[in-house]
Amino acid sequence: MRKLHSYLLSSSLVLVLLVIWEIGAWSYGKSFILPTPSEIAVKLWELREVLIFEHLPATLLIIVIGLAISIIVGFGLAIWMNVSRIAEKAFYPIIISSQTIPIIALAPIFVLWFGYSIWSKVVVTVLITFFPITVSAFDGLRSSDKDLKELMLTMGASKKDLFLKLDVPSAMPSIFSGLKVAVTMSVIGAAIGEWLGAQAGLGYFSRRMMTQFDGAAVFAPIVLLSAVGILLFLLVTVIEKIVLRWRKQV
Amino acid sequence: MSDSVLAFNSIAFHYQTGKKKEAVSIFDGIDFRVNDGEFVSIIGPSGSGKSTIFRLVTGLENPAAGEIFLNGKKTENRLGQVGYMPQQDLLMPWRTIKENAVLPLEIKGMKKAEAESRVLQLLDDFGLKGVEDKYPGDLSGGMRQRVSFLRSILSGSNILLLDEPFSALDAITRLSMQEWLLAQWQKWKKTILFITHDVDEALFLSDRIFVLTGRPNHQLTEVTVPLGRPRTVRDLSRPEVVTLKEQLIDQLRSKELS
Repeated sequence: MRKLHSYLLSSSLVLVLLVIWEIGAWSYGKSFILPTPSEIAVKLWELREVLIFEHLPATLLIIVIGLAISIIVGFGLAIWMNVSRIAEKAFYPIIISSQTIPIIALAPIFVLWFGYSIWSKVVVTVLITFFPITVSAFDGLRSSDKDLKELMLTMGASKKDLFLKLDVPSAMPSIFSGLKVAVTMSVIGAAIGEWLGAQAGLGYFSRRMMTQFDGAAVFAPIVLLSAVGILLFLLVTVIEKIVLRWRKQV
Repeated sequence: MSDSVLAFNSIAFHYQTGKKKEAVSIFDGIDFRVNDGEFVSIIGPSGSGKSTIFRLVTGLENPAAGEIFLNGKKTENRLGQVGYMPQQDLLMPWRTIKENAVLPLEIKGMKKAEAESRVLQLLDDFGLKGVEDKYPGDLSGGMRQRVSFLRSILSGSNILLLDEPFSALDAITRLSMQEWLLAQWQKWKKTILFITHDVDEALFLSDRIFVLTGRPNHQLTEVTVPLGRPRTVRDLSRPEVVTLKEQLIDQLRSKELS
């Protein structure tokens, strides 16, 4: 009951905004530029089969592959930097400064390199999601309690014990924060990638409809994209609740 | 040397602090012996090196000079040899009580099923039945300290080092934990080294008290507590104990001023 209550405020705000949008767009009267929410909803329903069975899977595939690569490489790099001071000094500044590179501006280059295959979009997704995953994992591994470490040493713990029984569990809360950021950004990454060139995908579909001046059909896949982002976020939150069940409910 | 389970032979130790790595001498050739089954407290003003003694015994630090004997043997690598109970309970918040207590056995490489059955049995003895699947955050401070003590016993060592374990507890809980500790000590026949700020606590618990004499320590002052066992808190108001207490407090105070 209480949970329902906490969503009440944000959902009524959204509702109010939608109503304002509806009235505004309706009185503006150029639905190819600004469609009303109800037009978008109708369009979403009309296009449901094409969007859900053709374009959604294409986008999801990019997201899943991109996230998987980011997680494997990100965790690997975080562990390496945690173990080796030299690796940390070599990589950490590069990882941070890589974030100042405007990836979106670089994206066309990837199309040049990887063509219109799935990999040009995966690269954009990886570059966007890699940073929060790596940094949160690395900071998490670093956050383990020094006193606990010494206590474990007095028990005769090996480096492997310290890593598996202390560093990794200590890093979990931070890793989940990073994952939450990464999954929502992965949707953006995939959509940008598709904008640049693709044969399928929600981002691609949205852009194609723009050239046809079909405003509602531009927005419909975007609604779906944002739903994907929200669902991925909720999925991570559920896993987090299970893994970190020792934490008091916040 | 045969009777002492722990001995320091002219131990010297210094910390290096600051940018210039200046050496701050803590111990300059101290000696002491702790006998099997003894309860010894260490008191001294803050910064006098109480915890450093523990860091040396556990092997987290090594002496600059001198020898440390564990159970009659000169021991260079002492990590994993003595049970240590820290000031904060230092239970892992992500592990249940059972999983926390199992940790030292896990590190020693004992099989999971065997280790857990041993812990479950001990939890009963420690008055912790029914909380094995709870998380540390669900327990009171006193209960968490019991788990922490249980964990140090499970290290398997005959020597336990307790670093101000009750300082964070309220007065009433502390008293009952002190009585509980004495009962456990007698039951398990362990040798206990106990750091405290509290002169009353030291007098109530110990056979002997080591007083650190400020930095650097050239030697320890040793005091034998004139009380038999079992004792009660009322014994602390006996005239000879009160005199001793006043002496100790004067001693600590003069060191703090200098």
